[in-house]
Amino acid sequence: MTPEELNKLAATTRKHQQQFAHQINVCVGTGCQSSGSAAVLEALTGEVKKTGAQSSCLVRGSGCRGMCASGPLLSVDPEGVLYGPVTVEDAPDLVRSLSEGKLTRLVCESDSPFFTRQCRVVLENAGRIDPERIQDYIAMEGYSALARVVTEMSPGEVLEEITRSGLRGRGGAGYPTGLKWSTVAKARSEQKYVICNGDEGDPGAFMDRSVMEDDPHRIIEGMAIAAYAVGAKQGYIYVRAEYPLAIKRLKNALAQAKRDGFLGDGICGSSFSFTVDLRLGAGAFVCGEETALIASVEGRRGMPRPRPPYPAVAGLWGKPTLINNVETFGNIQSIIRKGADWFATIGTERSKGTKVFALTGRVANSGLIEVPMGITLREIVYEIGGGIPEGRRCKGVQTGGPSGGCIPEALLDRPVDYESLAELGSIMGSGGMIVIDETSCMVDVAKYFMEFCMTESCGKCVPCRTGTSQMHDLLHKITEGEASLDDLDLLQELCEVVRNTSLCGLGQSAPNPVLSTLRYFKDEYMAHIVDKQCPAGVCQMRHAVEV
Amino acid sequence: MTTKAKVATVWLDGCSGCHMSFLDMDERLVGLADKIELVYSPLVDNKVFPDDVDVTLVEGAVSSEDDLAKIRKVRAHTKVLVSLGDCAVTGNVPAMRNHFDTIDVTNRAYFENAALQQQLPCEVVPKLLDRVRPVHEVVKVDVHIPGCPPPADVIHFAVAEMLEGRLPDLTGKTRFGM
Amino acid sequence: MASAAHVVTLTIDGRDVSANADDTVLEVARENGIFIPRLCNIDGLTPVGACRLCLIEIKGSPKLVPACVAKVTEGMEVTTKSERLDRYRRVILEMLFAERNHICSVCVSNGHCELQALALDIGMTHVRVPYRYLRVGIDASHDRFIVDHNRCVLCTRCVRVCDEIEGAHTWDLLGRGTNSRVITDLHQPWGESDTCTSCGKCVNVCPTGALSIKGHSVAEMSKRKQFLPYLTLMRTEK
Repeated sequence: MTPEELNKLAATTRKHQQQFAHQINVCVGTGCQSSGSAAVLEALTGEVKKTGAQSSCLVRGSGCRGMCASGPLLSVDPEGVLYGPVTVEDAPDLVRSLSEGKLTRLVCESDSPFFTRQCRVVLENAGRIDPERIQDYIAMEGYSALARVVTEMSPGEVLEEITRSGLRGRGGAGYPTGLKWSTVAKARSEQKYVICNGDEGDPGAFMDRSVMEDDPHRIIEGMAIAAYAVGAKQGYIYVRAEYPLAIKRLKNALAQAKRDGFLGDGICGSSFSFTVDLRLGAGAFVCGEETALIASVEGRRGMPRPRPPYPAVAGLWGKPTLINNVETFGNIQSIIRKGADWFATIGTERSKGTKVFALTGRVANSGLIEVPMGITLREIVYEIGGGIPEGRRCKGVQTGGPSGGCIPEALLDRPVDYESLAELGSIMGSGGMIVIDETSCMVDVAKYFMEFCMTESCGKCVPCRTGTSQMHDLLHKITEGEASLDDLDLLQELCEVVRNTSLCGLGQSAPNPVLSTLRYFKDEYMAHIVDKQCPAGVCQMRHAVEV
Repeated sequence: MTTKAKVATVWLDGCSGCHMSFLDMDERLVGLADKIELVYSPLVDNKVFPDDVDVTLVEGAVSSEDDLAKIRKVRAHTKVLVSLGDCAVTGNVPAMRNHFDTIDVTNRAYFENAALQQQLPCEVVPKLLDRVRPVHEVVKVDVHIPGCPPPADVIHFAVAEMLEGRLPDLTGKTRFGM
Repeated sequence: MASAAHVVTLTIDGRDVSANADDTVLEVARENGIFIPRLCNIDGLTPVGACRLCLIEIKGSPKLVPACVAKVTEGMEVTTKSERLDRYRRVILEMLFAERNHICSVCVSNGHCELQALALDIGMTHVRVPYRYLRVGIDASHDRFIVDHNRCVLCTRCVRVCDEIEGAHTWDLLGRGTNSRVITDLHQPWGESDTCTSCGKCVNVCPTGALSIKGHSVAEMSKRKQFLPYLTLMRTEK
């Protein structure tokens, strides 16, 4: 498809959509589907047909609105009214409301801070397009960035644009994307690869799943632009097999993109060729680590190897390989379309753009949010999240999953950016954000994450394999009320050793939940060890054994 | 020489091989006898552990309630506590039963492998702990001398050092399973 | 003159040494008589950087790097011994001893064991972390060999020698984390393996008593590791 044809198709699709006086967009993401949105979609389609409104009302599936707790959600556009939770029985009332006015009993306040405080870049199409129709994506200017890149820009110009935008990797570590791309571009090799890391495995994290489910073409477009910039011909999307809907949507999107000439040979009438294949993970958390992921794509046991050499130099099958996370690729088309300068206006000095978070835990509005970098944690918890339910006290916020840390309530006014979070002993991570209130025990929280790391350690390097189990046992001993201060010293020593000697990021960051809770909540550890009491009342303290 | 150092040796769950190795110091024992007084040991007749002992050498792992009570008492009345040999230091062979439930272990010993009078002991034989543990997992230990058994030379070196008021550095001298 | 470009000079523990640019720090250190502990690494097999005992400090690098995979560079300043490295190595060794059931006194490899020797070298007299008493089995189904998982440190030397040198790839890994295990074929008993050639290379590279030849009693099993560099040399010279 040439750029001209693309523009024409976008215009036609938009015109077709505008013929309808109303659009009902029903969320068909995993969250809303699990609360029955597929049946709601079917009921509404039937109801519209029954009442003969199909010429004036378009009913379609769409992506996640973020407020997963109130699902199934749907919106009536162009009015922009959000309803939820909707049931099959509400279908007649909803269709009637199109002519009779808002159905107030189901309205979900879309002008609440949950929506107004967000800034949607990666999620701009989520809930506004049917993720299974490429035309919908194209109508939202989809693939226009790719078409422009391959017909008007040199790879160097693309690299320059991405570098200038200040985009940093959204997988957690925040490595500058432009620098990573330039390194791969510089590597001399006949064959290079682009890999999209969709092996999202942090407990409570579902940002990447949502992007893949709601807007799969965005990822494909981002990868294709990257491939053009670095000189790759083959790409892989590595998705965990636990995401069946994302896999289905990606498969569908890949077939459509290939059919319409956005993948394959001579993309958009240029000489650039690029194909993308899907690879499914087998459930190992460590495969989110890039060298383990590469081993897994190659068909080997997913275990990391020491770096250097970095994948940018010797990656998949020994060839230079660009690996970025789903959300990173999700930013690319917006940057090209709207310009690096526009992107750089969002966020802070060193952390540009937005970040998608899966907001969960003890918070009123849990769900998926996208916020500008630099927003404070307090704004996220109390404004977007609506605070802690039942008037309980917030104890802290956990970011970065098992690699991250707990930030106490007193420090919630710190901005969300890579450096600030690292300074606080946590990390940005891939975007899991768990709100913790006074009903949770911080030692228990640390133990939970350590158990996760222990069971997910691949077993290759000694400190991670044996250290995580030793640390878990010590934490368990503390929660049982059987630990001594010597045990605490040993725990701290093991934290230091495991952090500094482990082979990959999993082990190096595994002590973080312990170290950050020790830093901010040491009193809780002492209460368990010295007083043999759990302040939150979570741990079942056994009768203390006198040793 | 003004006063002799008070030395004790204790035998927990072990094979007595470490005590044999202690005796293997042979003629050097005569020299030591000028400097130490053996106040408590399976090798001497004293039945009560004295109140203030300078150095106690412990052979064996902590396996029974009896061992546990004994080692706590020893620790309370000893200045320098020494784990002597692999059973005290690592748990060694006695700890191999940690893979099994205590009841299975006792059944094996007193029923399955007993030809006569199959019964669980209820007197004299102390009750087994759930787990056999090295001494330092139960009380604080000051010096560890690994080896199965530690060679007499190493024991002599360690004791001599301690008599000089130093904690012996055993690097390169003895190892697990010696 | 062409080869001169490939020679670099560096310092290891303050000593000036020269090396080929594709050498690893571990190789150069050993050539110069500087001892760096190692367990997974063995001459003749691909290094994997798994045991973390050979970690070294390189000036200017915030992270510790395994000497077995670190390539030398011009002007590199390497430290192989420091208070911190000694402490880390000790903790790693302690955790290895505590992980499974290394009862040296009744082991076939007592006195010939690399794990035991490392503990001796660094002056480790006891293990401070709690013993875990992981329950793992023994497979004696093979005619000539035994695998005793209680002694295994998961160095994967057996896996690599079988794959890289013998070409049989009988050995591989099963499971994750501390539950990982070396297995033969698709987790069949060793004696029923279709791929094992009974060459015994795995037994001879095994650093502990995990792999042994049947009929050996305590302390009788010493390994012949010299075959490996010799074999590799013969193959390349040909």
